[in-house]
Amino acid sequence: MSPPSENNHIKIALLGNPNAGKSSLFNGLTGLNQKTGNYAGVTVDRQEGSANFHLNNTHYHFSILDLPGIYSLYPKSNDEEIACKTLLDEKENIDVIVIVADATNLKRNLLLATQLIDLKFKTVLALSLMDEAESQKIIIDIAGLQATLGIEVVAVDSRRLVGFQQLREAILRAKSSDSFFYDLQAGFLTEHSSYKKFIISALDSPANLQPLENADKIYRFNTINYIVAKYVKSPEQLSRKELTAKIDAFTTHKVFGYVILLTVLFLVFQFIFFISEMPMNWIEKSFLVLGDYIHSNLPKGQLNDLLVNGVLTGVSGVIMFVPQIAFLFLFIGFLEDSGYMARASFIMDKVMRRFGLNGKSVIPLISGTACAVPSIMATRSISNLKERLITIFILPLISCSARLPVYTLLIAVLYPNSKFLGIFNSKGLVLFLLYMLGFVVTLLTASVLKHLIKTKETSFFIMELPVYRWPQPKNIGIMVYNKIKVFVGEAGKIILAISVVLWFLSTHGSNDNFRDLEAAKTRIENAPVTSQTHTLLKVIETQKLKHSYIGNLGHFIEPVIRPLGFDWKIGIALITSFAAREVFVGTMATIYQSEDENNSEGIRQKLLHERDASGNLKYSKAVCWSLLLFYAFAMQCMSTIAVVKRETKSWKWVLAQLAFMSVLAYGSAFAAYQLLS
Amino acid sequence: MRSLANLKKGEKALIRSFTDEALSSKLIEMGCLPGEAVMISCIAPLGCPVAVNIAGYQLSLRKEEAASVIVELVA
Repeated sequence: MSPPSENNHIKIALLGNPNAGKSSLFNGLTGLNQKTGNYAGVTVDRQEGSANFHLNNTHYHFSILDLPGIYSLYPKSNDEEIACKTLLDEKENIDVIVIVADATNLKRNLLLATQLIDLKFKTVLALSLMDEAESQKIIIDIAGLQATLGIEVVAVDSRRLVGFQQLREAILRAKSSDSFFYDLQAGFLTEHSSYKKFIISALDSPANLQPLENADKIYRFNTINYIVAKYVKSPEQLSRKELTAKIDAFTTHKVFGYVILLTVLFLVFQFIFFISEMPMNWIEKSFLVLGDYIHSNLPKGQLNDLLVNGVLTGVSGVIMFVPQIAFLFLFIGFLEDSGYMARASFIMDKVMRRFGLNGKSVIPLISGTACAVPSIMATRSISNLKERLITIFILPLISCSARLPVYTLLIAVLYPNSKFLGIFNSKGLVLFLLYMLGFVVTLLTASVLKHLIKTKETSFFIMELPVYRWPQPKNIGIMVYNKIKVFVGEAGKIILAISVVLWFLSTHGSNDNFRDLEAAKTRIENAPVTSQTHTLLKVIETQKLKHSYIGNLGHFIEPVIRPLGFDWKIGIALITSFAAREVFVGTMATIYQSEDENNSEGIRQKLLHERDASGNLKYSKAVCWSLLLFYAFAMQCMSTIAVVKRETKSWKWVLAQLAFMSVLAYGSAFAAYQLLS
Repeated sequence: MRSLANLKKGEKALIRSFTDEALSSKLIEMGCLPGEAVMISCIAPLGCPVAVNIAGYQLSLRKEEAASVIVELVA
């Protein structure tokens, strides 16, 4: 046997139907040797991995490309189109194609196999979900199948890692088949090269060749029916499918179905909102300790400050999201792998479609009340591009947990102590109103976008409802790991960059005042500590912020935000909030020289008693409501921007979203201020 | 002419033809071939989508998608 290519490097493409167990097989072959990349110009992730092993004293290296799931070589969605185009791209240099076929549903899975065989690819057929097939008492004559198809056929059980050695050997032996499944007498498709031409032209102009595509598929299925009847024995009674039907009776029931969905959503919400808080606090504390350590052990100066307040703040801002991402994808992995996600979409499709959304948008929308960042990453399971883009676009409008500290502070200023109609707590009522407002605006925006976004892709709901299975912890673990890796690696870079820029702007200034303050600060720091030192340093911090570039910016934008009732001080807070909304509270504390930055009661008192030039209360109802609405709708979150860029792979969507949310925030704040004052 | 959308839960039928070319292409590759036996296994609480048993597995589709599939009832 001669090695298939030089240096025993073999490039493999994994192909198969969705739900056929392709990811499990990919994980089984590569373990953690995976990387997520990009296809040029599209939103689909490119999943690649590698495997090294020895066989008969020879070392082999497999590089494996996991292509999006398809049913045939006639793509129906953007993801499917990528899979087909990549496969036919000669620059990819694919040596062997491994077709992953669900052993419990060989018939539908073989369509793709016969097409690839007819294109003369070197092909291996991996029969997956063999454990499932065994429990359904399905018996497959592998030798017979292999002889008829003319390619290597291997049974693989990814759960118990059985058959992987045979799969590797089969890949090394792989050859193209002499069989030809499409020999329709009609004449023009009687050889491999003409079939390849047909497939390529169908990819370029799908509409024209539809009747021929259908004829091709029907012809193939007729042959496949014959093959399956001959080599696959399955019993009449399918116990596993009956179990699935019994579970479905609950999950799609008109009462229990929604009760179950609500319970699932509630759990997701709990984990992302509350349970994640614990590890997030640890991360925050560890970074504070680390920051203090670096601050006091490195020589004082610019570099020290950059490291602690610029870089470290940025890094902790990135790491802070890891618990939420991990928890959300743990849930999503469980829901997808078990088969429940398909049922959730099934019962929600009709409602969500009205808003141009997908049944699968429900989970991201609910988890968006905790944080938009992991939720935007979670929209990946929505396969229709338009529905996915709409979901991403509207997600940051939902009130997330970072808005809570801002809401809490402002509501406390707005209604220090009052009851509404004597019974309701007004604070709770306002908070509830703001959350509801977020949801309503979100759905309204979606219904408008539905008409604005145009795609070639049609919205189908033609999909498999897979049988229920126990999820594989290993698959979920690898997925969570990959998601975190992508977030930290790609979105993390942008977050870090913005964080450093914000640090620079808030700690540097160009005018004389700023330089005088710096000098004063150095003098005080070097002088012996007195009872005044702390207070003096606080005053200087406040003055420095006011005279920094951000302070200048605050003054600069004042004319623009004055119609909203905001002055340059609030302007500064609006700019620093871009790092994350909750920074508002800290910035206000610095500006108003509150004693303790972490104590919002101190700032509340300051704001309550702050008066404007003419002696009126500065934080009036009008200003507070204006600010509340501004924070409800403005895109003040660099992490969201970073993750939208990463998920849509374009700045166009980021800018459109930023512009839309800014206009919405400005407009509603303007209306509130003008109406109330 | 009866379409898949008119079937009641549990009724069995054979697929005859399709009325929408673009949808038929998708349906065929999912195993909905003319002559194939089909049965409504489940209807979503709001009446749409529906789930059918076909070719040994369960497929879900929207009501209007099901309406493009012409079927013949099996006694």
